[in-house]
Amino acid sequence: MAVLKNKISLKNVSKTYYLKDRTVEVLKDITLDVKENEFLVLLGPGQCGKTVLLNIIADLEKATSGEIIFADGRPKMGDLGMVFQKYALFPWKTVMGNVEMNQKLKGVDKATRQAKAQEYINLVGLQGFEKAIPKQLSGGMKQRVGIARAYASESDIMLMDEPFGALDAQTRYSMEDEIIKIWEKNKRTIVFVTNNVEEALYLGDRIMLLASRPSYVKKEYIVDLPRPRSYTDKAFLEMRNEIVANTDLDI
Amino acid sequence: MENKKRTKTKYFCLSVLGLFLFFGIWELSVRLGWVSDRVLSPPSTVVETFIFKLSNVNPDGSTLPQHFLQSLRLALSSFAVAVVIGVPLGWIMGYYKWASWLLNPLFEIIRPIPPIAWIPIIILTMGIGMSAKMFIIFVAAFVPCVINSYLGIRLTDQVRINVAKTFGASDWEIFTTVCIPSSMNMVFTGVRLSLNASWTTLCAAEMLAATRGLGYMIQLGRTLIRPDIIIVGMFTIGFTGALLNKVLGMFEKKVAPWRYRE
Repeated sequence: MAVLKNKISLKNVSKTYYLKDRTVEVLKDITLDVKENEFLVLLGPGQCGKTVLLNIIADLEKATSGEIIFADGRPKMGDLGMVFQKYALFPWKTVMGNVEMNQKLKGVDKATRQAKAQEYINLVGLQGFEKAIPKQLSGGMKQRVGIARAYASESDIMLMDEPFGALDAQTRYSMEDEIIKIWEKNKRTIVFVTNNVEEALYLGDRIMLLASRPSYVKKEYIVDLPRPRSYTDKAFLEMRNEIVANTDLDI
Repeated sequence: MENKKRTKTKYFCLSVLGLFLFFGIWELSVRLGWVSDRVLSPPSTVVETFIFKLSNVNPDGSTLPQHFLQSLRLALSSFAVAVVIGVPLGWIMGYYKWASWLLNPLFEIIRPIPPIAWIPIIILTMGIGMSAKMFIIFVAAFVPCVINSYLGIRLTDQVRINVAKTFGASDWEIFTTVCIPSSMNMVFTGVRLSLNASWTTLCAAEMLAATRGLGYMIQLGRTLIRPDIIIVGMFTIGFTGALLNKVLGMFEKKVAPWRYRE
């Protein structure tokens, strides 16, 4: 693998919540690099603070300590693509309305932003559904809209917070293929959060295994398997077993 | 498909049966002399009186349509004012902490006062004119509008707000493009309750010296010991209320289609 430049560097990022009667240490000294155009997976048990970490990178939450360095300077709010766990589409907007919203808020004129949005709708394979509202779509289609919407931010960094967690198994497999296809067609830096070992191995260039609360980087795995990968490949299974043995139980 | 249709017909028949039983027992109880026809008119007499009142001004000075239009105008105009003021106020109280701190305590005190309890003070301050009546109905209709729009904003899904934030939306843009549309579910519930409240407070408001209106007609019916007129008035209010609810529901479907399944 060629040496890639660092896109985002996290240095000793910690997050502690101070509640009325106790303090909860969620993240502890997380240090990691995200390389340009790589598919990085943050893998960890449920409730381990993966979402918090992603929110901190997206500037939706502040870290208690530590720093985050973006190679090209911190992107402005609105210049970072994010895909959310439960789709989080705007149900009162059509597919087009959802996908174009980022550019609309930036004041881009209608013709330009809709042409762009159309490109991304096509990219995720939803052409013909521009005028549908989320309620009319299946779970997989909804998350395609979520992905198109994040891409439409035109950001070169994509943060994905367990985007396939709410999908049934079959749809999940096909969406995993889909996201790789999309990423190969339109390379961006992806930080993908999941609690699913197979998904992490199927998708990631690298996997950062996070420990349970307080969360820290337990181990880094470089997945040097050719794509498309197979769930039943011997090397895949060996790696899977190694990671599983190393994963904290989610209690 | 065929089965579904049959079930539907069955339920429709049940509804008809319910109404039929109610009116049948009522008619019989008067006909058989269980209840004196001086205090309760049977449905057949009520229907006769209804038809008579459609075009006749006796004994209360106006025809039923005149009473009806007067009442409808009063209720709907007060309702409209309540929605126009109440909904935005609820939105602002829901979104801006300072507005909530400023107004909530006052609102919590005013909220439990029943609209009828306002009547004496309103007579003293505003007299007994149209504006006094409107104010009573306004008070009744205003409260659900505020509460529900307030809650609608408060219940906005944080993740949706986060989506807007990652889009670089300003505070105001989050309010207008995320929170307000998200609140529409609750707002519609509030508007519906508000419409009900304004229509049901009508009679109380028209107890203030009125010369026309359904509430006035009902009151006069009591003075004249004409239960048929009272019941005609009551049913006109009932039917209209149900109808208004239906109309509002249809309007809702037009304005907020995302709430309904395909």
